Amino acid sequence: MCLAIPVKVVEVGAGDTAIVDLGGVKKEISLALLADVQVGDYVILHVGYALTKLDPEEAEKTLALFAELAEAGALGATAAP
Amino acid sequence: MKYIDEFRDGELAKNLAASIRAEVEPGRSYSFMEFCGGHTHAISRYGLTDLLPPAVHMVHGPGCPVCVLPIGRVDMAIDLALNHGVILCTYGDTLRIPASDGLSLMKAKAGGGDVRMVYSTIDALQIARDNPEREVVFFAIGFETTTPPTAVAIQQAEAEGLSNFSVLCCHVLTPSAISNILESPEVRQWGTVPLDGFIGPAHVSTVIGSRPYEFFAEEYRKPVVIAGFEPLDVMQAILMLVRQVNEGRAEVENEFSRAVSRDGNLKAQDRVAEVFELRREFEWRGLSVVPYSALKIRHKYAAFDAERRFKLDYRSVPDNKACDCGAILRGVKKPQDCKLFGTVCTPENPIGSCMVSSEGACAAHYSYGRYKDMH
Repeated sequence: MCLAIPVKVVEVGAGDTAIVDLGGVKKEISLALLADVQVGDYVILHVGYALTKLDPEEAEKTLALFAELAEAGALGATAAP
Repeated sequence: MKYIDEFRDGELAKNLAASIRAEVEPGRSYSFMEFCGGHTHAISRYGLTDLLPPAVHMVHGPGCPVCVLPIGRVDMAIDLALNHGVILCTYGDTLRIPASDGLSLMKAKAGGGDVRMVYSTIDALQIARDNPEREVVFFAIGFETTTPPTAVAIQQAEAEGLSNFSVLCCHVLTPSAISNILESPEVRQWGTVPLDGFIGPAHVSTVIGSRPYEFFAEEYRKPVVIAGFEPLDVMQAILMLVRQVNEGRAEVENEFSRAVSRDGNLKAQDRVAEVFELRREFEWRGLSVVPYSALKIRHKYAAFDAERRFKLDYRSVPDNKACDCGAILRGVKKPQDCKLFGTVCTPENPIGSCMVSSEGACAAHYSYGRYKDMH
């Protein structure tokens, strides 16, 4: 129900609308719930509405953290008998 | 797709699992509730429980709107479709929820009711514009993620003077449900449901922010880690929870920082506050009647309230006696503990609501985990 996906904004239209790219499929969505959306932004799309912007820097940080922790885990796993 | 595939990497998941194994303290048991159906689904679909050490237990929570919607509310929607001649628009999730008299919205449609599945409130508004001679009702269910789009639709209908559009509002609130779980005798007095922390909602939190959970961390001393719905997000959140427990901390941490801030989406919150107000009480399947746990349409927008327009009354209807959905939604039982599970109750023929939506604990376990129990 709370299913939502990250999509890329490819066009900002009139009247609080935008065109987004969903893995190659173009779709019109509503920006009625989100301010300051620019072309190139990633937004989280839920039932036709952009709910929030995705912060690419924070995403990179989280991915870097996974890699770091995962490395620690891998080392731990090798060290264990 | 970008921002999805990277968060599903199997090798990283295995290494995160090794980190969790390494940090779990011997002799200690960890029980974490994933509140959201989205997390329940990810845990089942990606087999995350198999990656976790035996000391870490995941308890499914009530965060599946279809699952917690009581029969009486679905009955109201069916009544509108069959007896008031409206076009009833609904998200697909609600179509198969079992209701009274062996009916569901799907069966009501087969019986001649004009029930239409929509993807968005935008589509429901369009149906109202295209059918000015008909009454069009949107059956609005869901937590805080799904509420703002309903608020936009009501304001849009008012702005356009779409007088044939109204909303049957069944929106519910996440923090009230978490409080209810924490106050339940199973958690508070009897300790039959041990809870050492929560995986906090992903998309609900994009709207309400991380601040509302601070109360649970402070007041109930339960750690909360807000996490995305991808498998690596969930694994990372579990690791963060294990660390909080080990260190005796109870804080709100945000693993989903790429989408969630402390304040959330203020524009969406303003829209919701403008259109809705708290309901004095609302019945949840499994949690019974919970005070101030849901929203109703404000008097200012009364013209768009289907309950007022069609003078609908809510009637509480007990669940099927043999169905354990209530206990499953409170974390007291597991899907496989229910004697209907996988026998008479299947996703094709659901008896209880947890078998309906793919996020329901029973449907998720049926789809991805049921053969595991056979060994």
